[in-house]
Amino acid sequence: MGDGPPSLWEWIARNWDTGRVGSIRDLLGDHLLMSLVPIVLGLALALPLGLASVRWRWLYQPTAGIFNVIYALPSLPLFMLLISVTGLSPITVIVPLTFYAMAVLIPAVVDGIGSVPPHVRQSAVAMGFTPLRRLVQIELPIAAPVVIAGLRVVAVSSISLVSVGALIGEGGLGMLFTRAYQNPFLPPVVVGIVLIVALALIADGLLLLAQRLLTPWVRARGAS
Amino acid sequence: MDRLSLEAPTGEITVFVGPSGCGKTTSLRMINRMIDATEGRILLDGEPVQDIDPPTLRRGIGYVIQQAGLFPHRKILDNVATVPYLLGWDRRKARDRAMELLERVGLDPGLAGRYPFQLSGGQQQRVGVARALAADPPVLLMDEPFSAVDPVVRTSLQDELLRLQSELNKTIVFVTHDIDEAIKLGDQVAVLRVGGKLAQLAAPKTLLSEPADDFVREFLGRDRGIRRLQFVSTEGLRLRTDLPAPEGAGTFVFGTDSLRTALDAALLSPSGTAVAVDERGEVVGVATREALDEALAEAAHG
Repeated sequence: MGDGPPSLWEWIARNWDTGRVGSIRDLLGDHLLMSLVPIVLGLALALPLGLASVRWRWLYQPTAGIFNVIYALPSLPLFMLLISVTGLSPITVIVPLTFYAMAVLIPAVVDGIGSVPPHVRQSAVAMGFTPLRRLVQIELPIAAPVVIAGLRVVAVSSISLVSVGALIGEGGLGMLFTRAYQNPFLPPVVVGIVLIVALALIADGLLLLAQRLLTPWVRARGAS
Repeated sequence: MDRLSLEAPTGEITVFVGPSGCGKTTSLRMINRMIDATEGRILLDGEPVQDIDPPTLRRGIGYVIQQAGLFPHRKILDNVATVPYLLGWDRRKARDRAMELLERVGLDPGLAGRYPFQLSGGQQQRVGVARALAADPPVLLMDEPFSAVDPVVRTSLQDELLRLQSELNKTIVFVTHDIDEAIKLGDQVAVLRVGGKLAQLAAPKTLLSEPADDFVREFLGRDRGIRRLQFVSTEGLRLRTDLPAPEGAGTFVFGTDSLRTALDAALLSPSGTAVAVDERGEVVGVATREALDEALAEAAHG
């Protein structure tokens, strides 16, 4: 390779797309997959569970309790535990992160529905909404800002947590850190951190944009 | 509720009034089945409400609540069009109808594209009334609709409701804890006592002159004698046409305003007399103390 370690830019250019497993582009793709799937899946599962917890109040404490305990478990042992079930695959990372997402999103759904003022719910009932229609057209839209706030937390934490998976060989951009650990060399670490932070910022920005588009009535409130 | 039995006549305003805990709101919600009665029957146009599927029943009954209960995420126009949308009207027709109603309740059509929080409490309440009227239901339930707004706005909303009612002739059941509001708006007033017992059902005038018992008397307040005068016409007042209208005297519209208004005008005049005017504001005569005194004596006996 010639004289001395390559500069940051040289290293990026050389490793961006090598066509082999472990190129930066490849890792970026893995990272996106392993962080986005838990966000989407977490929301898809938290929504019915949250709604059920609103409907049957007694369900909420046990559900929230279980997910809080899971949330308290460190990710690494959880990954290792799952290896025996799911093997060395992205699923091993995706499953725990989905649970983490649910731990944040179930309370967000419950609080979001709880943020619907009683007089608004009452007037929806009195206008003749059926329960399903009331949920879809009134309660969920009003809950949206709280749920999206939860999603923003989940998005950033998922994107950041994926890198821990590197310790079991499935860490997306986190793989750049383990490599640097074995061979003290700065560029991969810098690239890893910058890309992870950038991903987190983009995801957060997109969610913020989605919130503005989905809930113009909240933005208007801030403006007045 | 305890064996409450009454009839809200078609095209009239029936007011439920009573202290908190008397079950007035509960009674109202039994009508559209937001609360189901454990026993007894509620008939709507002769049909028991228990036989009608709740959403269908409710779409046919307008409902206005205290804080308006507007949907914060929907623009004013769409709020008003709520029931038409639920009934599956064409979107355009529903919005045209909503626009028409905004004007009908005295709102600037420019507000149609706003969100509820951008409106004042009084405006929101008007939107609430427009929304309740959107699908032209024959029956309107109003649960303390004007309690959360300031007295000036409340008075204008009450006047507006009476004006609307004179055009629309809905069957209205109105709940309030404010006896003055009940007397102003009601064609008949049901006074309820704690525990949901009907203390008295009567026209406001009768209520003031012949309260059924001490509870009703106390609830009506101490100045019911004066308030009764608002149901006495000035038609019979003997006017003097030979006197000049005194400077700065209070006026009342002869034959339209009540004896209470005439008396108030006289009390506020330096001369102690009230000036009677016609609808156009032309002076038609002077009501002297003596004339008012005669009218008062007659009112007290009649």
